[in-house]
Parts: sequence; structure tokens; C-alpha cells
Amino acid sequence: MVYTAKIPVPASNKEISVSTGLFINNEFVSSVDSSEVIQCFNPATEEVIASVVAGSSKDIDVAVAAARQAFKTTWGKNVTGWERSRLINKLADLIERDSQELAELETLNNGKPVAVARDFDIGDSIQCLRYYAGWADKITGQTIEVDNKNKMAFTRHEPIGVCGQIIPWNYPINMWAWKVAPALAVGCTIVMKPSELTPLTALKLSELVVEAGFPPGVINTVPSLGNVGGAALSAHLDVDKIAFTGSTITGRKIMEAAAKSNLKKVSLELGGKSPQLIFESADLQQAAAWTALGICYNTGQDCTAGSRVYVQDSVYDKFIDVLVSTVKETVIGNGFDKNTGGGPLVSKAQFDRVWGYIDAGKAEGAKVVLGGERRNTKGYFVDPTIFTDINSEMKIVKEEIFGPVLSIGRFKTEEEAIALANNTTYGLGAGLHSTDASQCMRVSGLLEAGTVWVNQYNMLSNNVPFGGKKQSGIGRELGSYALEEYTSIKAVHWNIGEKLQWPL
Amino acid sequence: MVSTFTHEFNTPVYKGRASFSTGLYINGKFVEGSDKTTIDVINPSTGKVITKVAEATAKDVDIAVDAAQKAFETTWGLNSGGAERSKLLGKLARLMEEHQQELAALEALDNGKTFTWAMNADTAVAIDTIRYYAGWADKIHGQVQETDEKKLTYSRHEPIGVVGQIIPWNFPLLMMAWKLGPALATGNCIVLKPSEFTPLTAIRMCELIHQAGFPPGVFNLLTGYGSTVGAAIASHMKIEKIAFTGSTMVGRKIMEAAAKSNLKNVTLELGGKNPNIIFNDADLDQAVNWAAHGSYWNHGQACTAGSRIYVQSGVYDEFLAKFTEKVRSLKVGDPFAVDSYQGPQASKVQYDRIMNFIQSGKDQGATVHLGGDRNGTEGYYINPTIFTNTTPNMKIVQEEIFGPVGVVIKFDDEEDVIRQANDTVFGLAAAVFSQNITRAITTAHRLKAGTAWINCVNQIHSNVPFGGFKQSGIGRELGEYALHNYTAVKAVQVNLGYVM
Repeated sequence: MVYTAKIPVPASNKEISVSTGLFINNEFVSSVDSSEVIQCFNPATEEVIASVVAGSSKDIDVAVAAARQAFKTTWGKNVTGWERSRLINKLADLIERDSQELAELETLNNGKPVAVARDFDIGDSIQCLRYYAGWADKITGQTIEVDNKNKMAFTRHEPIGVCGQIIPWNYPINMWAWKVAPALAVGCTIVMKPSELTPLTALKLSELVVEAGFPPGVINTVPSLGNVGGAALSAHLDVDKIAFTGSTITGRKIMEAAAKSNLKKVSLELGGKSPQLIFESADLQQAAAWTALGICYNTGQDCTAGSRVYVQDSVYDKFIDVLVSTVKETVIGNGFDKNTGGGPLVSKAQFDRVWGYIDAGKAEGAKVVLGGERRNTKGYFVDPTIFTDINSEMKIVKEEIFGPVLSIGRFKTEEEAIALANNTTYGLGAGLHSTDASQCMRVSGLLEAGTVWVNQYNMLSNNVPFGGKKQSGIGRELGSYALEEYTSIKAVHWNIGEKLQWPL
Repeated sequence: MVSTFTHEFNTPVYKGRASFSTGLYINGKFVEGSDKTTIDVINPSTGKVITKVAEATAKDVDIAVDAAQKAFETTWGLNSGGAERSKLLGKLARLMEEHQQELAALEALDNGKTFTWAMNADTAVAIDTIRYYAGWADKIHGQVQETDEKKLTYSRHEPIGVVGQIIPWNFPLLMMAWKLGPALATGNCIVLKPSEFTPLTAIRMCELIHQAGFPPGVFNLLTGYGSTVGAAIASHMKIEKIAFTGSTMVGRKIMEAAAKSNLKNVTLELGGKNPNIIFNDADLDQAVNWAAHGSYWNHGQACTAGSRIYVQSGVYDEFLAKFTEKVRSLKVGDPFAVDSYQGPQASKVQYDRIMNFIQSGKDQGATVHLGGDRNGTEGYYINPTIFTNTTPNMKIVQEEIFGPVGVVIKFDDEEDVIRQANDTVFGLAAAVFSQNITRAITTAHRLKAGTAWINCVNQIHSNVPFGGFKQSGIGRELGEYALHNYTAVKAVQVNLGYVM
């Protein structure tokens, strides 16, 4: 039996209702073979706010079959770019209409402040959908001159087919939009597995998918445990492509499963240990502000979190002062409190993980210049913590923490800075702060990262591509580049004049 | 004092009320012309005056250009982000959709095309075009070119500035959408002159543009005559680009004026005398239907009208018989009657022109196979007309008639028909009918035309480029190609290490 959860919104008379079944073929249904549920928590209160059906691997089969059927009949090559554009725009309009409620639901399950969820996460998601709605009727191939007498050659940019999409818990709605928009624009159908920690907004958005008028089976939402639904999608023989955002460890498993099953196409957005370099010519106040953003935004739960900062010797002491006083202003608290800048960490597991790193940092001899003290309250709150006196061998310097924990080192020369920055298996983001334009050019050219920010950090635009070098990922999201991840090229050679002699 | 035009539509196909200002639209306001004169707008179904609209003069062009320039430097141009421009164009499309019936009714009233065609073709495609370009606004990409490590080189695709646009009377609203879409998407400011024969939908659009939230000065509308306002735009020293759709004759004047003034960038969509080639192995029934659509859609008032129909001798007689029946069945009548296919021609000038061509056909010895005369006694209605037994040098075979007149010509030899098809100063469109797709494609590739239709005619898609070879035009509209007309490429070369 499929239920609707009614979740009360703190400090109001409102209740948000969410269908808690699996969303397949435009309907919310029970699992075909399991009675497992996933409990959803409010990380500020540690309380359960809802339970949703946990999809099994058989449910994944059902969802994939629905997506395949839609791809063969009502979507894929059976729907025009204009119709796809219209529907994606309609979906964006509906999300805009419901943005307050969606923001509150996001805060209840993820913890981030309501205003941030509404104005940034959801605001950007609406723009993302509209951006890709604009691409839907602009998918062009090429005509290629080979030989005008005998051949006409051209390419068709076809949708890949049924796409499995697995998204994380740090930006549930925004990551949903990044995945769904380009896939739909190009004509693919989707089986989406939202994070088991934060499935509620994906389910709520599924209601809007129906209202917007998408045919059944075009988008399917199957909340499930990673090692159940995620594994099933990665290994499924009838899924043409898998797109995953999450940890590098899980990314490896997904790529392995893809290789072992049907060589499905794989795109991955994985972890990072992104560095920021503060050169002596930098505007230190600004650099400190961007550094604070880099590690405190979303309470450090960001794949591009600027979690390592290297400061040039000559400005080191000054910068540390400015930085500590800037970061001190950060308010970590309940997402429904208007003064809160950042919410709690999303779960107990993440909370324990981050504390494990803070403890390791202290044990390995790094110095705490801010934070590092536990609160004794309910909720997975961690205050911004800054370590100095680091070395490259420390766990807190090498591994992705995914919390508001910053490691600060120092350098003398530009070459040293670049070497320190690149000394990682990751390559997602990097920032540099300098008012020497030639230096900016040189350094940005040498940093091994998919996104380099100059005198800025963490600001993205829907039309600029995003993704990782090295072990931070494969493929790009956003911009026109995302379309390539969901497009399959067919070259057509059309003989208009050649007569063949055999044997040659 | 700017007046309001109010009209009650009480017709079998549409009942509703239109009420809007009849002034020029400059800097976000409706104003009178500087000379305070007006232009009569005639209903071609009756020949009677519908209303008067303000007349712009060369002085108003200056005022509008200044407003556009100011907007370009402050609220538009590089001061507006692509996402914002996208949003405003999307809003405009939505407003057009809300008012679609009213726009279609105004178009039928002013131009004479049927309300049904205005709904299903003109307004529907116009809305689609605006929506299409809304999607381009935040996707204007330049390039980064690899030179060497000592250099960063990239190109920016910047808006040009103030652009002048002059549109015709045959598809007033649609032509406006084709011009507005790419120009606004790329960040330009516009001074637009609609045809003096059909200004109503353009004026109605100004309120929608205003409601959509475009800043004042971004779009300006000047209703006026070609010889005054059009000429002033073409030779204006502060207009950086002109886009014109209309006759080849006027296109030449515009290009000349551009050359003599400030060498402004010119794109032209001009006339056509488009061949439609029907081979023996065509699907004949389909060929008949498409050929009729090619010659008679929009009363033949289409630059792409398939006005020379070449039919291979093996199927000539059968084609002609079926084609004649088909054309005979096209109902001529009031634009607002339920079953009308074809309304009046757009103006007296056009009516006279077409009747003169028909007379020349008769005088030069062609056979009037069908029609060839006026329909009724009121308004500018002409019966769909078919000529046969022509020779290549006849006026009706060489020149663009722009009316419901089709010329059917027999041919034998494939090589010769391609030569005949290309033997024209025009090169806008061409169509080929054959079930042998290899033959169809190779023929289409040999026709010197900006659009080659295979087994269809007169189909337009917002994302497919459109424009002419030879004297049919310069540049392309629609698709991504139209963006090139409205962007100026700046290459930026940053020296990181070369020492002089």
C-alpha cells in the first residue's frame, strides 16, 4: 500500500505531503517484492520525519522496463525537440511555483537554511531546467563534404537511451536538475536513484513531473540503498548510460559494474580536495571571504570545497588573522532559523566521519586555530574548524573530509604553490588569488583541475561546464558539454553515385 | 495626442475585442509622429479604412535611435545577461500565446489572410520562433583558440548595437518574430519599421513587449513609409546593421544607402521565382497537393512561392488535370468565413500588379487554363489562376508575380529542366518531387537555391536556416545561423610573454 507522508514544517501550521512510493510510469507504487523502507531524518533534530519505500533490484527492473518502453514509443525519437522544450519549461515553472514548499522540504531532510535552498539551490535548478529546455530544439549534427558526386555524409546526434542517474545528498534538488535537464533535452529517459539519505524532494518533484505532462516512464524515481538500487542500475543490461555524482570509492564500483555488464556509458562527478592559492599581491580581505565561502558553504559538504589553502609566506600571518575573524562570523544552526548561514551535517555517519578527521588532525600534530570543539546539543552540528602547521602526509590534507574543516599551509614561490596544489589524486576545483594578471594566467594554466576560479571561488553558472580531471571524474555537466554525455553519434554514409565492382 | 484603436470582432471564427494605442513606440512610450501626420490602414476585404496610425518621419528615426543607443549602453547590450534576455523573450512568447487569437484576428483584418491560416501558421510559428530564440540567449559562445603558451587568444560574440529592421506585409507578425528573436537574444536594440500596409499586429506587439519587461529603448517601432522612414534607417549613421525583407528592387536601394552612409552590415531576404520540379516517378497526388500549397498558400504572397511548376511529360496531362481540380476547389472568400482558403490580396497596389501580370500573360500568348480574373466586386480578391503553354521569356515566367498565379510548364529532359530552373537571377527556394530519393537528392543539390525542398514545399522550421542565393538575398535567417547576423566578433589577444 502506498502512503503519503505528512511532514510538519517547524514554527508554522503547515504540513508538506509527500508520496512515499516508488515513482514508476507516472504512478507511485509499492515495491514488487520487498517491504523494506528507508527512514528519512531531520539532521537538526535527529528525528525521523518520514519513511519511504526502499526499492529492490526487481523494482529497478520494472523502472528500467518502463523507461525503455517510453523511449521506444513516446520519447526518444518519437518526440520533437519543441515538445521536449515545452515540457521542461513547464516543469521549471511548476518548481518555481512551489519553490517555498520544496525549500522547506529540502531543509527538513538535508538541513541547509531555507532561504539558501529556495534562492540558490532551487533558483539555480529552475534556471538549469530552462537553460536545457532552450537546447532541446537545437540538437544539430553535421553535414560533411566527402565527395559531392558519390556520397552524402552526415551525423545524427541521437539520444543514448535509458539513463540511470544516481545523485547525492548534499544538493538533492540541484543535483536532480543537473542530471534530469540535459538528459530530457536530448530525448533520453531516466531511472533516477536519489540518495537514501535525502529522497523526499526527488519524490515531491516526481509529482510535478506528472503535472507538467511528461509521458509515463520518461522519468522514474526509485529511492533505494546504494548497494541495492545503485548497484542494480550500474550492472543492468538494459541501461545504456549511467551518470553518478558521489564519492570516488562508489564511482569506481559503478564504472567496474558498467564494464562487467554491458559497457554502458559512464559519467562520474566524484570527490575533490580542492586547493586555493593566496599570493602576496592578493586582496587579502577578499581572499579570506572567498576562502570562507569555499569551506563553509553548505557546511563544507561540497565536492569542490576549497579544503586546502596555501598562503605565500610574506602574507601568511596577516591572512590567517583576517581569515579566522572572517570565518568566526559563520553561524551554523537550524535551517529554519533565519540567522543560520549553514545547517548541520546531513547524517550521523557524516558527523562521525568529520569528527574522525578532526581528531586525526589533532593526533597527527596539526594546530587548531579555530573550532575543533564538539557541541553538546542535539543535531549533527559541526562548527568551522581551521588547522595550520600541516604537512602533505596528514590525513586531513590528503583525504576528502566533506565538512567545514580547513587545512592551511604555506609556500615561498609560485612553483612551490602549484606543486602543492597539484599534489593530489583529485582534480575537481582550484582557486587562486592574485592581482598580477600574468601570474593568474600562468597559474590557472598549470592547475590540474576541471574548474579554476581566479579571484573567486565556488560560483558556477548553468552555461559553463563543470567536472573533474584525474580521479575527480569523467565527463562534464552544465553548459553545452553536458549534452554530449547523453548523445550518441550516428554517422550516415549515403551512397548517391558509387557502383561497386567486386572483386575490387 | 495618441489615439486608441478599438475593434469588435464578431465573426463565425472569432469573437473578441481588440483595443490598443496607435502611436509610434519609442523608449517605452506610445507617441505621435513629429509631424503629427497619420497613415490610413485599409481593410483589403472591403477597400475601406480600418483606422489611422501615427506616421513617423526621419526625425522620429533619430529620436528612436538615440533611445536605442542609450538603452544599449545602460540596460541592454553587454549590461544584460543571457539568462535575463532569455527570460524576457520567454515571457514575450507566453504573452503572445495568451493573445494568440486576437493577434490572428488582427492579422486577418489587416492583411486579408484567413483567420484560420493566421492561427495555425503565422501566429503559431511566430510564437515558436520567439521561444526558440529565447533558448539561444544564454548560449552565445565564442571560442578560445590555441596559439602558444605565451598567448591567450579568444573571441567574443558581442551584440552589434542599434539595428534597423524593415519587414514586409505578407507575413507581418511572423516576419517580426524572425527579426526580433535573434536580435534581442544576442543583446541588440532595435528600431523596426513594419510595412505601412500592415502595421496592426506590430503595434499590438509593442504592448506585449512592454508587458514582458524589456527595458525602454530596447525595442522601438516606427510606422511609416519606405521612402521616408525606411530610407532614413538605411542611411542612418548610428545604425550599425540593417535587416530587410521585401522586394529585390528595394533591397538594392537599402544596400546602396548602407554603402553610402556608414557601411552598416546588411542582410537581405528578397524575392524569388521558385521552381518546383515534378518528375515522372513522383507520387503524383502528393505532388499535386504540395504544388497547390506552393503556389497558392498565402494567396501566392510568399517569397518562396513555387510559381514555376515543371512537370515531366510522362505525367503532365494527369498532373494538370488533377492540379486544376485541386486549385478549383480552393475557396476564395471572407477571411473570417469558416471555409475560406484564400482571402483578398493585401492591397490595391498588389491587386493591380498581379492583374497586370495576368494581362501580360494573356498578351504574350500564354493560355489561361483556370481563373485569370477578379473574384467578386468588393475588396482585392483574385481567383486562383493557372497559366500553361508559356515560353521561358514571358514576364509571367521570369518575374515575381506575388499572387495566386501558377505557371505549369512541360519538360522532358532532366538536364534541361535543371538548367531552366536555375536560369533566373533569383535563388530563394526550389522543390523536387520524385520517389527515387537518389535522383531527388542529386537534383536538389544542383539547384541554386537557399532552400531545396524534396517531396514537400513551403515548410519552415525555426531551427532550419532560410535565405537566398544570388539576387534573392544576403545572409540567413532562422536556426543558429541567424545569430551571426546580430553579433560582432571581437578577437582578444592577451600577451603573456612576448617581449618586444
